Amino acid sequence: MALEPSEVQHIAALARIALTGEEQAALGQQLAQILAQFEILGELDTTDVLPTAHAGDLAPDLSVLRDDTPSPGLTTEDVLSNAPRREGQFFRVRAVLEE
Amino acid sequence: MAELWQLSIHEASQRLQRREISSLELTRSSLARIQQVEGQIQAYLTITVESALAQAREADACIAAGEGHPLTGIPLQIKDLICTKGIRTTCASRMLEGYTPVYNATVVEKLLGQHAVVLGKGNMDEFGMGSSTENSAFHPSHNPWDTGRVPGGSSGGSAAAVASGEALAAVGSDTGGSIRQPAALCGVVGLKPTYGLVSRYGLVAFASSLDQIGPLTRDVTDCALMLNAIAGHDPRDATSLPQPRQDYTATLGQDIRGLRLGVPGEYFTPGMQEGVRQAVLAGIKTLEGLGAVIQPVSLPTTKYALACYYIIAPSECSANLARYDGVKYGYSDQAAEDMWGAMEQTRGHGFGPEVKRRIMLGTYALSSGYYDAYYRKAQQVRTLIRQDFDRVFAEVDALVTPTSPVVAFPLGDKTADPVQMYLIDVCTLPVNIAGLPAMSVPCGFAEGLPVGMQLIGPRLSEAALLRTAYAYQQATGWHEMRPAI
Repeated sequence: MALEPSEVQHIAALARIALTGEEQAALGQQLAQILAQFEILGELDTTDVLPTAHAGDLAPDLSVLRDDTPSPGLTTEDVLSNAPRREGQFFRVRAVLEE
Repeated sequence: MAELWQLSIHEASQRLQRREISSLELTRSSLARIQQVEGQIQAYLTITVESALAQAREADACIAAGEGHPLTGIPLQIKDLICTKGIRTTCASRMLEGYTPVYNATVVEKLLGQHAVVLGKGNMDEFGMGSSTENSAFHPSHNPWDTGRVPGGSSGGSAAAVASGEALAAVGSDTGGSIRQPAALCGVVGLKPTYGLVSRYGLVAFASSLDQIGPLTRDVTDCALMLNAIAGHDPRDATSLPQPRQDYTATLGQDIRGLRLGVPGEYFTPGMQEGVRQAVLAGIKTLEGLGAVIQPVSLPTTKYALACYYIIAPSECSANLARYDGVKYGYSDQAAEDMWGAMEQTRGHGFGPEVKRRIMLGTYALSSGYYDAYYRKAQQVRTLIRQDFDRVFAEVDALVTPTSPVVAFPLGDKTADPVQMYLIDVCTLPVNIAGLPAMSVPCGFAEGLPVGMQLIGPRLSEAALLRTAYAYQQATGWHEMRPAI
């Protein structure tokens, strides 16, 4: 059992990951094998069970927002210091709008 | 006479405060130890000799001025997915090979605030995804007890460094067992705190609802000292708990008579190694001898935890790792002409196989048509797993289980089959799903390799877990065993 190549390609496109043909074939097999492990969850009746998004759901005191007070942030130089490509004070990117 | 690198934090701290030794001597001793064994252990991705020596001199000045804290002058290792200002932070990924953070994680600020010394950054599985450090893009780490075997993962470099004396302690992170499992496999103490107790600010995100930072140490007292230093509310992390500070060493040494300890049968899986079973059962007997009341309990949802975890963690990972687009920082493929092509090539080349596998899996589980069947279902099962724990914690104060069903395995043994590797974490992942605290303590050996016993408690029961682990440690002395390396 493996996922259809078209399905693997669809997921890779959604995830924006370029995969080699070899990687696509391996992932088709491996994902199907892992997805088969998930079938066990079908044994549990979860009708009317509320979902838990994160452990914070367990405690009403979690997810507290901080006060919106201004404070010094990172400098422009700091923010750009790891940029692969920059131009002056900006990140340089490839054309976003196509002709 | 023992070498300084062999000291525990509490021993070293006492001697530093009494000015019997200096942090410079201690740090030089740790650095010499690194030089001696790092070729065999490979626990580090970056070693920061110059800044460590400078920090040690500052620590000595602090102590001389009477301003020492428990961690002042103590040489530590930081896992390489925790941001360190000016020190490259790679997450063991090609994607971040050249990334140097411009800010410190909150835990790093807290440690530097006490004038601890940072020796360098710990090796790990790429972005925390793995159980052996074999998914590091740079090199695997080796188990100090047998260098042909893995140290566990993902905080494998951290556990190996602490076990081999390449650091007095380390700060790791745990999303599904990544502190506790390597601690067990290397024979050290590892604690995953309650979700929200330690700030995640500056921890590179893998699965935000599960990730938690915690210490790896040689004994329980050191673990409590490290937790004292890193726990606490942080307004920069919206999930940080507004807990008052507490001293986790305060209850160490108190007895555990009458403590109700549950033993969930589901954690003693048919696939577990017999030597591990025997060591953990002997550990439970010891706890009983110390006055704890042992009772069997059942957590019937345990068998669903693996599937639940491997839907939730990859789903969150696929969203969190969407940020690696080759624009703001990190690896950037320059060959492609167009924006999408560049992004796809960047991600295709920058991520390793396990990271790609999990991003693909998470993207699948979240994609249109599958969301309800996978992601929503897993979140509902998460509720049931949490309720299971709530129910048993009405009957018992804590649970005792194996940390890992197996001892350290040979390098290359499980890399071919992802599912086999995932099964290693079967005893640790339920804890992250429910957001609970848990720790692994050394409880003996099987086939000459360390075995870990896991203590799991209700939310914010760290003090009780540490007290129990301390009583156990004092009664057995397993924590004093050191690899021959």
